[in-house]
Amino acid sequence: MTTATVSVSGVRWTKKHLLGLEELSADEISLILDQAAEFKRLAAVGETKLAALKGTVVANLFFEPSTRTRTSFSLAAKRLSADTVDFTASSSSLSKGETFYDTAQNIEAMGVDQVVVRHSTSGAPHLLSKLLKASVLNAGDGTHEHPTQGLLDIFTIREHRQKLAGLTVALVGDILHSRVARSNIWGLKKLGARVIVCGPSTLIPAHVERLGVEVSNNLDEILGECDCINLLRIQFERQRSAFFPSIREYAHFFGMNGERIRRAKSDVLILAPGPINRGVEITPEVADGPHSVILDQVTNGLVIRMACLYLLHNRRQEESP
Amino acid sequence: MSTTLIRGGRIVDPSQNIDRVGNLFLRNDRIEGIDTGATVADHVIDAAGMIVCPGLIDLHVSLREPGDEKDETIESGTAAALAGGMTSVACMPDTSPVVDNRAAAEFVQLQCARAGYCNVFPLGAVTKNHDGQELAEIGQLVEGGAVGFTDAKSPVANAEIMRRALEYTRMFGRPIFNHPQVPELTAKGIMHEGYYSMLLGLRGIPAGAEVIMVARDIALAEMTGGHIHLMTLSTAGAVDQIRRAKAKGLRVTSEVTPHHLALTDAALQNYETNFKVDPPLRTKEHIDALIEGLRDGTIDVISSDHQPFAEEKKQNELDSAPAGVVGLETLLPICIKTLIETGHLTWSKLIAKLTINPATILGIQKGTLKSGHDADITIIDPVTSWRIDPSKFKSKGRNTPFAGWEVKGRAHTVIVAGRVRHHA
Repeated sequence: MTTATVSVSGVRWTKKHLLGLEELSADEISLILDQAAEFKRLAAVGETKLAALKGTVVANLFFEPSTRTRTSFSLAAKRLSADTVDFTASSSSLSKGETFYDTAQNIEAMGVDQVVVRHSTSGAPHLLSKLLKASVLNAGDGTHEHPTQGLLDIFTIREHRQKLAGLTVALVGDILHSRVARSNIWGLKKLGARVIVCGPSTLIPAHVERLGVEVSNNLDEILGECDCINLLRIQFERQRSAFFPSIREYAHFFGMNGERIRRAKSDVLILAPGPINRGVEITPEVADGPHSVILDQVTNGLVIRMACLYLLHNRRQEESP
Repeated sequence: MSTTLIRGGRIVDPSQNIDRVGNLFLRNDRIEGIDTGATVADHVIDAAGMIVCPGLIDLHVSLREPGDEKDETIESGTAAALAGGMTSVACMPDTSPVVDNRAAAEFVQLQCARAGYCNVFPLGAVTKNHDGQELAEIGQLVEGGAVGFTDAKSPVANAEIMRRALEYTRMFGRPIFNHPQVPELTAKGIMHEGYYSMLLGLRGIPAGAEVIMVARDIALAEMTGGHIHLMTLSTAGAVDQIRRAKAKGLRVTSEVTPHHLALTDAALQNYETNFKVDPPLRTKEHIDALIEGLRDGTIDVISSDHQPFAEEKKQNELDSAPAGVVGLETLLPICIKTLIETGHLTWSKLIAKLTINPATILGIQKGTLKSGHDADITIIDPVTSWRIDPSKFKSKGRNTPFAGWEVKGRAHTVIVAGRVRHHA
């Protein structure tokens, strides 16, 4: 087993928690991406099991259903030889009336080093980070941030295009309810990309342009300018009421289909954070077509999460005498 | 026979346009008068450097009893009121069960008498169980002591019900207090809809939800001749509407809380539940409009909207935690900080909004130092600095957004019916 280390010149990881991309610098984001690239390189040469987190415990605290992210974090921790414990809302005593705080404190009392938390309420990981001695990794909080998803989207783009600066990236769909959108916006802007958010006017929050993005309600108008198009899932479960008249109408204006692909740049990259609603945001033809990097995203999610766990762990090591 | 002389204080009584240094003389449970010439009394209180005013009245307080005694009891809530300088509070009927019948209103007064702290005036429900469907027995509630009617934090959403409620209460001369928010626009909202809600990914509550309901209620007040009191304003649009309604002479009154004056939606950046309130904290522009509304009399009253919650309820993620903060014990210093120290209001104007104005809305013979009235007096120390420490609250609720604030001014001595009930 090998312990991988990477250092980007002059940058050291100093943060105790990973709560969002808003609070990271461009250098810190690049450090995570470089560390992930190193893990990917090692995996390619057969170094899939590393000893870096041996003897530590990573708890997956999922207060909201998730298969992909939970599995990805769990596997990332195991690849780094950490012990893992999984708590899901249905299996924990949350359903017996225990508060969020009690649950988290109980888990910490079991000697957990890092807590990966997914919660339907924005800010829940921030509250935990104030309460726990463990490092907190945000695995998606409400409609706020999903930093590892943002990082893996950016990592995937960087893999295909080498750099982010100068690229035009469109985030299409439900911006209002999307934590993926916010993390992408922060990360992409910090690395120098131009970001357009595009969707029905009901799903684009007011003031979003203050984050430095351009706003469009017309996918066909921006299609030709985009190097990358990230198709956000319509979050039916988070919507307070109907935000558009019908799925058919949504797909008509904002769905990515073969006809639109043909009008896009010839090397356009199609991303989707998934799980995708096939036939809504994206037709199977596009999802499974040559422009799609959707499966790369899943693969890259693993090394991004390894990189995050690894960097937070190293900082903990430096902190303790 | 017992007499009290409060000597040498700055007597501020907006009900009589008085603001001067003088002596206030009390006989038994009544006010005898100002500068009566009496120099001896059974009890003499030296009030030099203090403000002597009618006992403060808070017309928007939740005492939680019966039903939620873990959050607050009538005993702990009225003790907190006294500590904050209030001699009378009007309490919300949103208990469990709801105060929608005469027996419930009488129970509240019985518990208040047992506790023996400040005066409590119950508000009754507009609709049975606050369901918004059928009128509660409003006449019976009046006989049981209810001084006004409200469904507390549940807006009376149905315009037909509100119309009938305003018409019906008119015959008893009692106001309807509404929480002016359109429920469809506020559902599951956490904070003001604006830049910060977008940034933080927290579900927004648009200012328009309040403006629309205020406009509807004003139209209904005009239609019926009833008295609508609009609770806890938070928006510039609502202030505009009410200003115009008052200019037309309609029976519309309104209130604002100290936290809506002192804090903005930016406070939610730390995701702490003590900044989740209903209506939500707004922006500087809205605060400026609220202050202008206070200055020109559009907003009649400052209330605490005291909402105590047991720690385990508030110590939760934002979606699950209930909205609301305690306010009885911080109202006065926060008003001083936001309105007096900034020069927005004179002491006389501030005290009017805490005494004679709420008394007038509630239709109670309080809030004045006129001879023969109840000897409910608050003596305010306006200068001493202190630090807000929730662990020292008399209230069971520790859910304040002002923990750790350095503030000036507090209730020094509080007299209810001629007896000193609180002394700082």
